[in-house]
Amino acid sequence: MAPELLTGWGRTAPSRADVARPHHRDQVPDLMELPPARGLIARGLGRSYGDAAQCAGGTVVDVTGLDRVRQADLTSGHVRVEAGVSLDALLRAFVPRGWFVPVTPGTRHVTVGGALAADIHGKNHHRDGAIASHVTAIDLITPTGPRSVAPSGPEAELYWATAGGMGLTGIITEVSISLLAVETSRIRVDTERLANLDDLMAAMEEGDKAYRYSVAWVDCLAKGRSLGRSVLTRGDHATLAELPAKQRATARAFDPQVPLGVPAGMPNGLLNLATVRAFNELWFRKAPKRQQGRLQSLTAFFHPLDAVGSWNLLYGSRGFLQYQFVVPFGAEETLRACVERLSRTGWVSSLAVLKRFGPADAGPLSFPTAGWTLAVDIPVGPARLGRLLDDLDQEIAGCGGRVYLAKDSRLRPELVASMYPLLDKWRAVRDRVDPDRVLCSDLARRLDLVGPP
Amino acid sequence: MNDSLSSPQSVLVLGGSSEIARAVVRELVGRRARRVVLAGRPSAQLEAAADEARSLGATDVATVTLDVTDLDGIPGAIDEVFDTHGDIDLALMAVGVLGDQPADEADPAAAAGVLATNFTGPAAACLAVARRLRSQGHGILAVLSSVAGERVRRDNFVYGSSKAGLDGFCQGLGDSLVGTGARVLIVRPGFVHTRMTTGLPPAPLSTTASQVAKVVLRGLETGAEVVWAPPALRWLMVLGRHLPRALWRRIPR
Repeated sequence: MAPELLTGWGRTAPSRADVARPHHRDQVPDLMELPPARGLIARGLGRSYGDAAQCAGGTVVDVTGLDRVRQADLTSGHVRVEAGVSLDALLRAFVPRGWFVPVTPGTRHVTVGGALAADIHGKNHHRDGAIASHVTAIDLITPTGPRSVAPSGPEAELYWATAGGMGLTGIITEVSISLLAVETSRIRVDTERLANLDDLMAAMEEGDKAYRYSVAWVDCLAKGRSLGRSVLTRGDHATLAELPAKQRATARAFDPQVPLGVPAGMPNGLLNLATVRAFNELWFRKAPKRQQGRLQSLTAFFHPLDAVGSWNLLYGSRGFLQYQFVVPFGAEETLRACVERLSRTGWVSSLAVLKRFGPADAGPLSFPTAGWTLAVDIPVGPARLGRLLDDLDQEIAGCGGRVYLAKDSRLRPELVASMYPLLDKWRAVRDRVDPDRVLCSDLARRLDLVGPP
Repeated sequence: MNDSLSSPQSVLVLGGSSEIARAVVRELVGRRARRVVLAGRPSAQLEAAADEARSLGATDVATVTLDVTDLDGIPGAIDEVFDTHGDIDLALMAVGVLGDQPADEADPAAAAGVLATNFTGPAAACLAVARRLRSQGHGILAVLSSVAGERVRRDNFVYGSSKAGLDGFCQGLGDSLVGTGARVLIVRPGFVHTRMTTGLPPAPLSTTASQVAKVVLRGLETGAEVVWAPPALRWLMVLGRHLPRALWRRIPR
């Protein structure tokens, strides 16, 4: 074990921990035998924006060495993999064989274990739910022993506490997951430009159900009548018949190239009002007003940012944060107010997306719940940023919404219980498997997730 | 924990009755700080500072006895704070006296006393705090230095040299903490209107405790290593540092 300074993807609030790197799942229970005084947490590929996979002064268990595919049934699409397997590895192995992951976030570089611990969602949440609904069983190493856990049956409560539980119920070592059958590695995409937020929301309400995937990029610098002008992209997996004849030979090809990286030492303030405005203008204008049936590769549609390695370095030494919240249907006024206030500041970077969620799953700390979710990236720097986001938190909590713990880096701890009303239930389940409070992260400390002893 | 905007949740103040420290605590309690530990010599002012933190919304406020001139007692006292109150996200070193320059020049023991209160004692306490921040893997040590320590002047060289010593000590301490999760913020105020400076004619670019507090908060947020209050002093001192001695010694304030 070596001491390392760790941050999340946003590169804020670093803390030092001893990092253990097990290379076999049998090594994981040993780590629980002599627990470090300041706790222990699992870490995957470090794509959570905030401090979820850090444990200051304690031990961080990097599970990316647990990267084996244990079983794969290519007729049913059921696979069992170790928790450190990345979605990238899964896609490279199984897309050419006709299987796609049931849920993918905006990057392929997340581990399967981390995906379940954050209960990640994708562009298909309105239709397919979050990833916890596609996992059929897991192995979980808890401080009180290893457990086999599934979404139904005797350990169902522990399963759902683990889905979205931010690693605080144990270290996931294996995951069984059902993949989605696809005929090709292309997405058939319909794109339209919307002049403002009202038009966008109307279009999404009206049409989302016809598509498996739907997401809107929103220009968070546009104001007035153009507030919320956006590009809505929706689609589904293309069938073999929909490919032009000459593409059919490589219908399921999937081999994204290793990307160009951003060098370290980028200046602060590179992403400023002028550069972001120029980018947004270009992005909006370059999108077709309305286009149907365009074929896009899986990576272009789902993971465009993966084409630039370490793009988080673009934000300079102070780093950035991502603010993602959901408000329930019916609270559209709150959503509009939030977009307005964020747009007025001019601080938001070009990366802002809006999506409609379907119903929540049973995870007490799982983020997605029926409603509208907005995610924006904001560089750290503006002096009034903290206060603005505190105000937004208050309004969002007030209308029954919540922020996403996997992205949070600054929420006021007092608001967690109102955003996640099942917090106490989650704590009770968690305490059963970790009565001595061995599992801990900077996120858990900051938000007092585990609760008073 | 400090969040991504470096807002601490638990704060330890060494020299808890300092007016600048009180202004910093007011700002911090207005953000995320809920646990506040005020260390210093027992006094009504220390208790008043604690009451103020409570009245502003801090839920867990304590005062503890600490005398930085008791060099043998410092490590134990600091350890006890961390053992009793848990992680400290921000420790603010605010111990210091101005001294009385003409009297201190005439009385070497009094001059040494100023150095002990402003430099040796705080330096030992900073080391003891840094050791705990290092082992908890995160945290910030903010140190009230002074622009008087950036280049020592004829007019107040006892006080100035004590701050120069602490300032240099903490620069090195900050460098030693790189990679540990802990860091040091050095604060160099100019002339601040407080009890300590009552009766003195103000220097140019004079400021107030609450202005200094705002500078400290901004320094935490931006991850700065040194901040000046007011910020313009930074540029004034670029000149000051290079002024010929024959001129520099004639500058009264």
